[in-house]
Amino acid sequence: MASKSRLHIPRPSARPGEVPDFSYLALSEPGAVARPACDTPASKIEHLAHEMVRVLDDDGVAQGEWQPGLSPEQLQDALRLMLLTRQFDDRMHRMQRQGKISFYMQSLGEEAISIGQGMALKSGDMLFPSYRNQGLFIQRGTQLVDLMSQCLSNTRDMCKGRQMPVMYHNKAGNLFSISGNLATQYPHAVGWAMASAIKGEDHIAAAWVGDGSTSEADFHYALTFAAVYHAPVILNVINNQWAISTFQGIAGGERRAFAARGLGLGIPGIRVDGNDLLAVHAVTQWAAQRAREGDGPTLIEHVTYRGGPHSTSDDPSRYRPKDEWQAFPLGDPVKRLKQHLINIGHWSDEQHAALDAEQKEIVIAAWKEAISFGTMTDGPRLDVAEMFDDVYVETPPSLIRQRQQLLALKGVKS
Amino acid sequence: MSQMNMIQAINSALDATMEKDPTVIILGEDVGYFGGVFRCTDGLQAKYGEHRVIDAPIAEGGIIGSAIGIGVNGLRPVAEIQFADYIYPGLDQIISELARLRYRSAGEFFSPVTIRTPCGGGIRGGQTHSQSPEALFTHLSGIKTVMPSSPYDAKGLLISAIESDDPVVFFEPKRIYNGPFDGDSNKPAVPWSTHPGGEVPDSYYSIPLGEAAIVQAGDELSIITYGTMVHVAQAAVRTMGVNAEIIDLRSLVPLDIETLKRSVNKTGRCLIAHEASKFCGFGAELAATVQEECFWHLEAPIERVAGWDTPYPHAFEWEYFPGQERVMAGIRNVMEAA
Repeated sequence: MASKSRLHIPRPSARPGEVPDFSYLALSEPGAVARPACDTPASKIEHLAHEMVRVLDDDGVAQGEWQPGLSPEQLQDALRLMLLTRQFDDRMHRMQRQGKISFYMQSLGEEAISIGQGMALKSGDMLFPSYRNQGLFIQRGTQLVDLMSQCLSNTRDMCKGRQMPVMYHNKAGNLFSISGNLATQYPHAVGWAMASAIKGEDHIAAAWVGDGSTSEADFHYALTFAAVYHAPVILNVINNQWAISTFQGIAGGERRAFAARGLGLGIPGIRVDGNDLLAVHAVTQWAAQRAREGDGPTLIEHVTYRGGPHSTSDDPSRYRPKDEWQAFPLGDPVKRLKQHLINIGHWSDEQHAALDAEQKEIVIAAWKEAISFGTMTDGPRLDVAEMFDDVYVETPPSLIRQRQQLLALKGVKS
Repeated sequence: MSQMNMIQAINSALDATMEKDPTVIILGEDVGYFGGVFRCTDGLQAKYGEHRVIDAPIAEGGIIGSAIGIGVNGLRPVAEIQFADYIYPGLDQIISELARLRYRSAGEFFSPVTIRTPCGGGIRGGQTHSQSPEALFTHLSGIKTVMPSSPYDAKGLLISAIESDDPVVFFEPKRIYNGPFDGDSNKPAVPWSTHPGGEVPDSYYSIPLGEAAIVQAGDELSIITYGTMVHVAQAAVRTMGVNAEIIDLRSLVPLDIETLKRSVNKTGRCLIAHEASKFCGFGAELAATVQEECFWHLEAPIERVAGWDTPYPHAFEWEYFPGQERVMAGIRNVMEAA
């Protein structure tokens, strides 16, 4: 008798040439999910991992208990930072296309997450970003010229030319060094939060991974440690539906929401409309208050869509419908916040166009300044002798000798 | 000054640093209430509390990953990996994160993690409790690798490792936890009280990383070794009556090249001995270094004595382990060559 077992290979709802289909995406009505008190035990709020916290409805009207109470000025500022992030991404993506930088990764369509969460956290909180969280750096005031200089590996590069583009850090801004190895930052954030609790401080940590990276062991280590020690940490999953060419089902998202990954450990999970800045801000504030008041970690799944390619080395037209983003039911975070501000009488199309143009000018000016510190082909270059620094606290004799060898080959007197 | 075995010396080092520096914390499997399966952290949780000596889930990648975050936040974590054979789930965190954090952030971030882990064979541990994986770590840039051969060195080196702002993997040769072992498994075990290395100051002291020790001076050949093999080499030399200089590296990275160079240039003959398997073992690097530094002084080919290139077997432990006979055969080769 033939076996009834079958290997299940998850398939996305649409491939190139097919009609986009997001019927798999479970949505709650805006305003429908109640906001529990921050100290509600995890066992009482497991439903939050399966529902979806939404504030803005399709007309841009704020609904329900999760409205974060941001002022119009704060919302305008959020919109400005999202536009700045998008203009920055657009320019850097094009600079890669022109051969000015080697590589780039846009956050197109995901801007509300970094900006909204950055605004909801305190400056003393330590952030452990993934490679698509440039908005966190921008929200925390990292100068664009510094981000650009990192991508250029020029003489102003914060990494001294040691990392490929977008692997930023900002020590003073409490933004950890980004790694190209996926999810490694998750246990770092939990450890940092444990140390904060050991020291009796009320700073919390937050970390981000994509839906794809939730398969990594580090994701699960981090959840376990966070749960065991009740670490004051917010663990974020940015579910943008795609991990390069594999849809979120290949990461195990078909049967259960990523927000539910912590439920077995007693970590509350919240699924949120990641394209709704108000909802993102509200759930982050809720999770931060839990962490700060000793109620432990929260796992937040931000449901969004990766509007651009994975990176400049990727061509999504080969594996997903070209118009899939346009069909995404949660829309574009910039348009949605703009509509909301117009609805409450604090914005106009004219103001929006002017603000966007202003951000573009800021980005162009920053790029001009950045390239004055050198590009891959022109201008000043980093001192190659510095390649041997920072391997250890003190450069050991073996590395000093290798530096001398290199400099001798280059004809430089040391 | 007290008589201590290596376990007590390690415990004493942890105690001394924890007392001196309130930022030092310990985490690992069974390290807290129980005091560790080898007892190295015995009594420390009772003395310093549950926030400083933390029982961790069985997840080596999580222990090392969270230790990195703890270190970034200003504490000084000492992570115990129960057996070096279990360290592999944490390798990505060690290689891609711990070793490179300072470099990739241009010196702005670092994490001063010390990873303590028992290594080596001779305890009937088979392939999962006997390995000597030090060469996996010496190959990395940005991490230091240490292996003591006596209680005295273990305490002084561990204190330096914990105080170092560079990450350190600290290997503890578990066969010599309780006494110096000369490679002869038929003889009764000898306690550390019979050996000068078992005399350990009760108070704080440190031994700098990167300084080899000449455990026995001589001028006929140089034996470069570390860990348990220091004692095996001493026994072999005693049996043969050869006037060998035995160098205990103590720290593999940084490597004390000057001491090796002085010795081999003097003796003209060099034997390298380690428990780890031979191919691409740390001995390969040592042989290449000696060749580069001492070629014109060499009177014989450099000889390597090491574990065979098989997984560590259970039934044939003593055929696998590079004991006195293999060391003596190696000495004869290097002495009899032209």
